[in-house]
Amino acid sequence: MEKIIFYSLSTLAVFSALMVVLSKKPIHSLLYLLLCFFTIAGHYVLLNAQFLAVVHIIVYAGAIMVLFLFSLMLLNLNIKEELQKTVWMRIIAVISGGLLLVALVGVLKGLDTSAGPMLASTQIGLMKNIGNVLFNEYMLPFEVASILFLTAMVGAVMLGKDEEKVVKK
Amino acid sequence: MTLTNRSKVVSNKKFSFWEMIYLPAIFKGMAITISHLFRKKTTVCYPEVNRPFSEVYRGLHVLKLDDQGRERCTACGLCAVACPAEAITMVAAERKPGEEKLFREEKYAKVYEINMLRCIFCGYCEDACPKEAIFLTNRTVPSDYERDGFIYGKDKLVETLDKRVDVSKRQTASVLEFKKDKHHKHNQ
Amino acid sequence: MLYIIYKLVLITIILLVSLGIAMYATLLERKFAGFLQDRFGPDRAGKWGLLQPVADGVKLFFKEEYMPNTADKFLYILGPSLTMLVALLTSAVIPWGPSIFIAGTEFSLQVADLNVGILYVFAIMSMGVYGIMIGGWASNNKYSLMGAVRASSQMISYELAMGLSIASLIMVMGSVRLNDIVDAQQGWNWNVIYQPVGFLIFFICALAETNRHPFDLPECETELIGGYHTEYSSMKLGFYLFSEYINMFVSSAIISTLYFGGYHFPFIDKLGLSPNVAAIVGLMIFFAKIIGFIMLFMWIRWTLPRFRYDQLMRLGWKILLPLALLNLAITGIVILATQ
Repeated sequence: MEKIIFYSLSTLAVFSALMVVLSKKPIHSLLYLLLCFFTIAGHYVLLNAQFLAVVHIIVYAGAIMVLFLFSLMLLNLNIKEELQKTVWMRIIAVISGGLLLVALVGVLKGLDTSAGPMLASTQIGLMKNIGNVLFNEYMLPFEVASILFLTAMVGAVMLGKDEEKVVKK
Repeated sequence: MTLTNRSKVVSNKKFSFWEMIYLPAIFKGMAITISHLFRKKTTVCYPEVNRPFSEVYRGLHVLKLDDQGRERCTACGLCAVACPAEAITMVAAERKPGEEKLFREEKYAKVYEINMLRCIFCGYCEDACPKEAIFLTNRTVPSDYERDGFIYGKDKLVETLDKRVDVSKRQTASVLEFKKDKHHKHNQ
Repeated sequence: MLYIIYKLVLITIILLVSLGIAMYATLLERKFAGFLQDRFGPDRAGKWGLLQPVADGVKLFFKEEYMPNTADKFLYILGPSLTMLVALLTSAVIPWGPSIFIAGTEFSLQVADLNVGILYVFAIMSMGVYGIMIGGWASNNKYSLMGAVRASSQMISYELAMGLSIASLIMVMGSVRLNDIVDAQQGWNWNVIYQPVGFLIFFICALAETNRHPFDLPECETELIGGYHTEYSSMKLGFYLFSEYINMFVSSAIISTLYFGGYHFPFIDKLGLSPNVAAIVGLMIFFAKIIGFIMLFMWIRWTLPRFRYDQLMRLGWKILLPLALLNLAITGIVILATQ
């Protein structure tokens, strides 16, 4: 049962991830990305990490993707206005894509697949355990990350302000 | 200078704290709306309940017959002249010998039409009529699917002998007296 | 096996009850509006207009299906379907009542007892905007697009304050399972007493997230014709309108669960009822609370005028968000001080 769910979810995830790249319309690829996020959330649930799954949906699907959709809707992208694909751009795209492929293959080669799922316990994804780990072992990185977000927020507010008013004050 | 004592002076004063958080005002408004829940409803449930008509309601016209069953209308055209909506048209004809039982005067209206889509039911035709022939009644004009159906000819306007329309409520003595007023030219 | 059958039956019942309540919420809304405006409301279809929702449904089904020829066909149909789906999903985790015992077996009146209950509700609620956005964009109409854009920005703005008010509630409760939250509110221990500000923020945000008055800017008839559903007709429009009422029902259920003790009622344990009877009484009490909140939603709709757009944004970002943060901080301080 679990295997059937895993494989169907994975197929859907790979398919939607491919469609993100292959879709002609930006909105379609965005919605495929959304579908991809949901399948990944499904994988989290399979790993008994419900908190992670739900937070994944709230943050990525519920907030970030809404913002993306919001801005894409206003852009009015048509196929006519698509960027001109020059020869140089194609060459650069092939090179960077090839580099990514090399990196991925390298990672896969180095991966030890014999050990199987290396979960210390099935309860690791629960909210209490994540909280304990986050606020004991990884206290400093967690707080640094939050400061990083605060900085980003302040920066966004500064960018959003009317420049003249900032200068006057 | 104030024209009425109801005028309010608009001011841009700063809100106090309680006004600023809006909640007291919201609760006040909600209290007002909920109080309407228990008020008497103003709706008249039409097919079951009929709103009473006034005795002198100005509705569908009637062309009166006199007490001998003769048409009173003499096709003078004053009603058509008085009509602000120009809803009345008529064609006059001369009374032939032998028709004395049908028409009271020597001239009568062969065609008398009121376009009910134009008519505004003001009652000026009734005021203008020197022969007490046309009256508005407390009946209403029924609906129809065709525009043609709203042009009422003599077949619909003239009352029948067996179904006389009672207009005594609007044809009171004071109204008759008013009609004799020399101010109205046709009464001279 | 029995377990699966029982769950399927429960899901069907909850689905039908949600749809039925949403159906009659439309009638209740119109009746309530009528009574608040010194009218009777619809009373022609059946006794007191009880068949009015059926008549409306039949009418919507037989209306002409219309699709703009410049619309994105697939997304145009996906929009209302997604709205409806998301509206119905939330009811899966709501604990409708205490468990019923039949022949020694426990039958829980909750479809899924997730250990991330509140967060699940929150996640699904944040999904609700997609149906509106997709539908509004796919219609290829500027009013629809405006409605969609408004819906998304409104949703993002009010989600923050809502999340923070939920966070302070979680801090008080120490759990995110809806069952734990309900059980902690026995007797008079309703969360609204401990978190009045949190409740107020949550309630206002719930109004905004369900696009109810005074936050119905996405559909806003006077400015945007009909907002995101301008181009919709027939049952696709019906889905949009209907999901609003389902959302209202589910939001009322969530509010009663989180802040008003769910199926608990003071003195219910003192009556000495057997567990099964107590479960049914609890269920009734829960539904009474839900209907009370639905009435409150309607009462607000027929009292308050719609916000202007800048007022909406100011309320969300400059008033509710700082207030929610303050509430969070104070809650944390109080919890630390009392420990």
